[in-house]
Amino acid sequence: MAVTSTIENPALARAQTRSVGWRRLTRSDRLWALAFATPYVLVFAAFVIYPICFGLWLGSDPATYRQLFADPVYPSALRNTLIYLTVAVNLKLFLALLLSGFFMRKGWLTKGLLVIFILPWAVPAIPGYISIHWMLNSQWGLLNNAIWSLLQADGPPWLDNSALALGSVIYAHIWKWLPFWTIILMAGRMAIPLELYEAAKVDGASALDLFRHITVPMLASLYLVCTLLSSIWALGDFNAVRFISGGGPALSTHVLATLGIRNAFEIGNPPLGMATVLSALPLLIPLVILLMRQLKKGQVQL
Amino acid sequence: MAAAALGAFLIVWSLVPLYNMVRVALQEKEDVFSSNVIPVAPSLHSFWTVFDTSYWLLAKFWTQMSNSFWIGVVVASLTLIIGTLTSFTISRLRIRQGWMLTNAALMTYVIPMSFLAIPFYGIMGKYGMTDNPLAVIAVEVTFATPYAIFIFQQYGASIPYELDEAARIDGASPPQIFLLIYLPLMAPALVAIGTYALLLSWNEYLYAFLLLSTEGKLTVPVGLGKFLNSDEAPWNYLMAAAIVYAIPPMVIYYAFRRKMSTGLTMGGVKG
Repeated sequence: MAVTSTIENPALARAQTRSVGWRRLTRSDRLWALAFATPYVLVFAAFVIYPICFGLWLGSDPATYRQLFADPVYPSALRNTLIYLTVAVNLKLFLALLLSGFFMRKGWLTKGLLVIFILPWAVPAIPGYISIHWMLNSQWGLLNNAIWSLLQADGPPWLDNSALALGSVIYAHIWKWLPFWTIILMAGRMAIPLELYEAAKVDGASALDLFRHITVPMLASLYLVCTLLSSIWALGDFNAVRFISGGGPALSTHVLATLGIRNAFEIGNPPLGMATVLSALPLLIPLVILLMRQLKKGQVQL
Repeated sequence: MAAAALGAFLIVWSLVPLYNMVRVALQEKEDVFSSNVIPVAPSLHSFWTVFDTSYWLLAKFWTQMSNSFWIGVVVASLTLIIGTLTSFTISRLRIRQGWMLTNAALMTYVIPMSFLAIPFYGIMGKYGMTDNPLAVIAVEVTFATPYAIFIFQQYGASIPYELDEAARIDGASPPQIFLLIYLPLMAPALVAIGTYALLLSWNEYLYAFLLLSTEGKLTVPVGLGKFLNSDEAPWNYLMAAAIVYAIPPMVIYYAFRRKMSTGLTMGGVKG
């Protein structure tokens, strides 16, 4: 994801590159273009279009949806998905916005801290999540061991209580992905021309003024793109729930992505699993449309 | 002062789950079930068990490491080949239908990978491709290529088009321009995207979990997941294996962090 300065007019720049050197393709050029584009077209047709069509066909029977909506696990999975999307994504991005400012400080101490701060992102997701899962074990986990040795009291049953288990999933998500979004927003801050800050400081603006009147408006469109993209990824996230709570206790912390896989493979009913996934489309499609509209404005590129 | 407190908090926040991994790995199997915070008698025994695969759940660990590695290498290579060919067609050959390719990539990028798992599994079953690494490679290439195309197009925009025109006047054909001008100038982007695809594949769990079943064909994350379902739950071995598996990507992250420009590191990451 790259950030272009809002001061340039991206539409103009694009129009210029398009007109320069635009010429008619020769016949041999067209054949080469066809040959060069074929691999991707084949991959796209075989592994994107075909699965989409097959998936829509699998989930096309209205009776499957009646069965799905009658399932007592479904409403809680839907509710968890909404909580996961709103709480985890927005809390994480707000923290990333604040921390990106903190990490803009100069000096080797901040740089060294950033190296440590990046670690959760550099470690593959599965080991990190497995470790958190065991860390939160109510009887033998590190967290409750620490609570016991500090306070001589039993810690809460992190993964045996629905609300705490969902909170644990959200914690793991934030732990894993906060560094990534902090770095994205740092890149966004670096793209803001320093002269803006200097000019404002000359005019006597306070640090809060600088944040409110320069940083926030200059980062707004990047922040929105981050929110949308992160929501789309969180909607499809399978690993956090799978490895932190496993959907438990008593299937109460499933989200649509994990419930779909459970219905299709553990219960062995692929159409029901597909219906579970497709029922997330009313959430996915508006996010995608908003994202496309933001990307079209051209201030933020993927 | 406030900055120091925040810094200290961030260190604890970032390191606690990782410390837990090391702490458990340094313990003996029976000591895992104790209420200590610091390992009582730390030993490297579980790491030795991982290295000589002397525990039954770890028997195929190194085979799985090599599976993960080779799947990653093939995914990275195919992503680079398909990605560069496509972006060359769009931005250097400048075909009129280029926008369709860009939109196809964009569409793939915004579909959550897990949403296609059920039909993809069905299709691979029809073709008799389950328990075949090629099926995992296919899906990982499919989901790594869109980002590769975006980055190649952005990076390629900095290569002057006059170079292509000059080469054409000298009689160069499109494949010659591709191989002799485009690819060498794209080298930094190739390194970044190759790393991105390698890590995406190394970290991928869901498809490998669904599609592969033979013990000797699994990738490491699937092997680690199987530990959780076993009755014994030998946490010290599991954590030691997880650490060994996590080291290569960490080395890559820190080795490449400085070499890649900020814009390019960004994608190294799609969940």
